[in-house]
Amino acid sequence: MSQTSATAQAASNWEADALPATKVRSYWQSVGYRLRHDPVTLVFGAVVLAVILAAIFAPWIAPMDPYKDSVIGRLKPFGWRGHLLGTDELGRDMLSRLIHGGRISLMMGLVPVLVATIVGGILGVVAGFGGRAVNTAIMRTMDVFYAFPSVLLAVAISGAMGGGIGNGMLALSLVFTPAICRVAETATAQVRNLDFIEAARASGAGTFTIIRHHVLGNVLGPVFIYSSSLVSVSILLASGLSFLGLGVKPPEPDWGLMLSTLRQSIYVNPLVCAVPGIAIFITSICFNLVSDGIRAAMDVRM
Amino acid sequence: MLAYILRRILYVVPIAFGVSVVCFSLVHLAPGDPLQTILPADATAETIEIVKKAYGFDKPIPVQFGLWLLHVLQGDFGVSISSRRPVIDEVLGSLSNTLVLTGFAIPVAFVIGFTMGAIAGCHPGRAIDRFVTGVAVMGVSLPNYWLGIVLVIVFAVEWMVLPATGMGPSGSASFSIFRLDDLRYLILPVITLSMIPIGILSRTTRAAVAEIRGQDFIITLRAKGLSEFAIIRHVVKNAMPGVLAVMGLQFGYLIGGSILIETVFTWPGSGFLLSKSIINRDIPVLQGSILLLAMVFVATNLLVDLLQSAIDPRIRRA
Amino acid sequence: MGHPTLTHADDADPRDRGGTAQPLLIARDLRKHFQVKGGPASLFGAGRAAVRAVDGVSFTLFKGETLGIVGESGCGKSTLARLLLHLIVPDAGELIFDGDTVAAPDGITVRALRQQVQMVFQDSYSSLNPRMPVQDSVAFGPYVQGRSQAEARDIARDILVKVGLNPALFGPRYPHELSGGQKQRVNIARALAINPRMVILDEAVSALDKSIEAQVLNLLRQLKRSFNLTYVFISHDLNVVQYISDRVLVMYLGHVVELGPVDAIFERPLHPYTVALLGSRPSMDPAHRIDEPPLNGDPPSPINPPSGCRFRTRCAHAEAVCAETVPVLGAWLDCGSHVAACHIQTPGSGHSQATTQGMA
Repeated sequence: MSQTSATAQAASNWEADALPATKVRSYWQSVGYRLRHDPVTLVFGAVVLAVILAAIFAPWIAPMDPYKDSVIGRLKPFGWRGHLLGTDELGRDMLSRLIHGGRISLMMGLVPVLVATIVGGILGVVAGFGGRAVNTAIMRTMDVFYAFPSVLLAVAISGAMGGGIGNGMLALSLVFTPAICRVAETATAQVRNLDFIEAARASGAGTFTIIRHHVLGNVLGPVFIYSSSLVSVSILLASGLSFLGLGVKPPEPDWGLMLSTLRQSIYVNPLVCAVPGIAIFITSICFNLVSDGIRAAMDVRM
Repeated sequence: MLAYILRRILYVVPIAFGVSVVCFSLVHLAPGDPLQTILPADATAETIEIVKKAYGFDKPIPVQFGLWLLHVLQGDFGVSISSRRPVIDEVLGSLSNTLVLTGFAIPVAFVIGFTMGAIAGCHPGRAIDRFVTGVAVMGVSLPNYWLGIVLVIVFAVEWMVLPATGMGPSGSASFSIFRLDDLRYLILPVITLSMIPIGILSRTTRAAVAEIRGQDFIITLRAKGLSEFAIIRHVVKNAMPGVLAVMGLQFGYLIGGSILIETVFTWPGSGFLLSKSIINRDIPVLQGSILLLAMVFVATNLLVDLLQSAIDPRIRRA
Repeated sequence: MGHPTLTHADDADPRDRGGTAQPLLIARDLRKHFQVKGGPASLFGAGRAAVRAVDGVSFTLFKGETLGIVGESGCGKSTLARLLLHLIVPDAGELIFDGDTVAAPDGITVRALRQQVQMVFQDSYSSLNPRMPVQDSVAFGPYVQGRSQAEARDIARDILVKVGLNPALFGPRYPHELSGGQKQRVNIARALAINPRMVILDEAVSALDKSIEAQVLNLLRQLKRSFNLTYVFISHDLNVVQYISDRVLVMYLGHVVELGPVDAIFERPLHPYTVALLGSRPSMDPAHRIDEPPLNGDPPSPINPPSGCRFRTRCAHAEAVCAETVPVLGAWLDCGSHVAACHIQTPGSGHSQATTQGMA
C-alpha cells in the first residue's frame, strides 16, 4: 500500500530523542556573553560610565567652583594657576564647568530618549495591535511630525516656547517619538502575524495577555536597539539647542552654551574655546559605539 | 504607474495640512501674549483692543487658523515685526542663500562619501574599510557646528587663509559664485555642512556595495570572465538608486537643519533668519520660515520618492 | 494511569453531551470572503473583488473519528481550519459543537469552545515564540485558562512526557535549539495541555522529514487513543491522509467536492477532481508510468471562480449544466455516506451521465 504506513510501523519508536545535554543559555545570558567578549564596546562603555559618574558626582569631583568668576583670570591657557583646562571668558575654571556641564548636557540628551521610548513604544504597540482605524490615526499623526527635519522641529518647538531646559527636553522628546513609534509599530505588526500569536489566541488568551507575554518580548529588542542609537544624536541636538541659546540660561554650565559664549573669544585663546566641543564629541561617539556594540550583541538570528 | 504617482502626490496633501496645523500651533505655544512684542508695555486697553482686531486675535482659534491658511495659500505670510518687510520676501531671499550652501555641500558630500563607501565596500573587513567606517562614525558623532568653530580657529585665526564669517566681502546681496573672492567664503561652511552627509552617505554606500557584491549575479559575472573594473561598474550602477535616495533626503535635511552652521559662519541663510526671529520673537517670520522650510522638506521627499520609483521598478508599490 | 487534567479514554468525559450519537461538530454552509486590496478603481469605492476562500462548506464530525481534509493550495482548507476555531470569524453559516451553536446567545461562547477545541500548527519557524522556553509556551494555555503559574508548569511538564520529550532536558530550551520533529511534538503538547476533546491539525506533518513524519503520525494516533480525541487532519499529502483518517473530505476552490469513508474515497472516488488527484500520485511501480498528467493547467483564481461547478474548466466530463447550476453535496449529515458534489452523481441533474439511482 502506501509507503507511509510501512515506515510508520517500523519507526514507531517515539521515545525522547537523545541529544547531548548542552548548557542551555537564555537569550539575555547570551547577549551578556557576547558583550563581555567585545573589547571595543567594553572600552567605550567604560568611558560612557566614567562620563555619567563624573556628571552624577560633579560637586565632589570638580576641583573648583564652576560659578566663581575672576576679572583678571580670563581666558587663561591650560595649567594657569591650577586651572587644568584654563579659564573661560569670565575667569571661571573650565574643568569644573565641564564636569558640572555634563550633568545638564547628559540630562538633556538622555531624558528625551527615555521619554520618547516609553511614549513612542506604547503608541507603536497600540497602533500595531489596534486595528485599521487606530493604526491610521496614530501613524499619520506621526508622519506629520516626520515631515519636519529633526533640527528644525526641535528648534521650532523650543524656540516657540521660549527656550529653557524643560522646553528643550520636551521638544527633543517630540522629535524622537515618531521614529521610535515607527520602529515599535513595525516590530509589532511583524510579530502579530506569526503563528504563535494565533496559537495564543486559540488558547483563549485576550489581547492584553498576548501583548504582555508574547509581543512585548519580541518588540522591546528592536526598540531598545534603536533607542540606544538615538542617544548620541540626542546629545548632539541638545547641545545644538543650547548653542543657539535655547537651553539653560547663563551662568549655568552646559557644553553647548559654553561653546556659544566662548565663540566670541576664539581670537584670544582658541584652544580653550574648543574644549567643550571635545566633551560633546567624546560623549557622543562613545554612546554611538556602545550602541553599535549592543546592536551587534542583540541582533542575532534566533 | 500613473496611479501610483497620483496617489503619492495626493498623500502629500494631508501631510501638508498637518504641517500647517503644527506651524500655526507653535505660535500659540509661545508664552506670553503675541501682542506684547508688538505693543509697548504701557499701551492702553483701547489700543490693545484695536491692535487685537487688526491682527485678528479676537476671533476663535479655528477661525484664526482658517484665515491664516487662506493667506498662506495666497503667498501672504504677513509682515516681519523687526524689519517690516513681507515675510515671504525675507524667507525666500534667505532660502536662496542657503541653497547656495547646500548646492555645493551635497555634491561634495556625494562624491567624497560615495567614493569612500564604495572603496570600503569592495574591501570589507580590511584596514581601508575600518578606516572609512571610523571616519563615518566620527562624522555623525561630531557636533558639526563645533567643527565649524575649529575650522575657523585653524584657518581664519591661526593661519588666516580663509575668512571667518559672512557671505562674501561685500555681503550677500552681491554674492556671485563666479567670483573667486566670494567663493573663498564658501569653503569652510561647505566643508562643515557636508560632514554629516559624508558620514551617512559613506555608511550607506558601503552597506549597499558590500551587499551587492555578495549577490549571486556578481559571482555569475565573474565566472563569465568579466574584468574586475567592469564588475565594479555593475556594482556601482546597482548601488546608485539607493544611495541617491539617501542623498536626496540629506538635501532636504540640510535645508532645514543648516541653522547651526549658518549661525557659526553668520551666513545669511534661512536658518540664520530663523534663529534671529527666535531671539527677536518675530512671530510671523518664525512661522513663515518654519512652514516654508518644512514644505521644502516634504517636497524634496516627494521628489525623491517619485524619482526612485521611476528608476527602480521594485519600489513601485501597487 | 490518568493524568489529573487529561481525560483518559476509559473515563467518561463530563463535558460530553448527547453521547456518541450526536456529532461533535456540525459545520453548516460556512462562508468566508476576503476583501482584496483594490486596484485603481478602489480609490473611488468601486466594487472590490473578494477572495472567496470558503464558499459554503458543510460537513459533520463524529466523536472519536479522524476526518482528513485534502485539497491543493488555495482550496481554502487553512481558512476552514481557522473558521472552526473562530480565529477567523465566518461571514455566514453556523457551527454547532456538541449540540450548542457557537457564538449564539443561547449556545456556546468562543472562549468556551477554545477550551474544548485546539489547533496544532504547521511547524514553521513562527509557530513557537522564539523568546520563550518551550515549557513556557506549553504552559501558557493552562495559565490563560485560569491555572496558577506553578500548576500550569506542572501540566506542561507532564504533557511533554506524554509526547515523548524529557521535560528536564527539553523544557527550558528555546525553539531554535530543537529539531523539526521535536518542535512539532511541542506544538502538539501545547494543544493538548488544555485538555481538549477535538484537535485540528493544520499541515501538522508537512514540514517534517519522512522518518520524523512517521514518528509524529504514530504519536498522534497513540494520543488519540489514550485521550479519546477527535481529529480534523488537514493536509495536501494524500498518503498521509489515507494513513491516518477514518473519513476524508476533498476541497476544491472553497467548496467541498467529495466526502466519505477513507477506503471508499481512495478506492472508488466519485468526483472527477478526486479521481484526477489520486491519479497524480507518482507510483513506485515502473509499470504504472503515465504520459499525460491527469490534471491540466492551474486552478482558477479564487477571486473570480467559474460559475456553476468550479471544477468544470478542468473537467473532462463538463457539460452545459455544469456552468449553470452549482452541484449539491448530498447527504453529508450521515456518518457512513459517500457523497460527491457532481452533476454526474446527482440523479435528474440534467447531466448526460447522471445516474438514475442513488450513490454508493
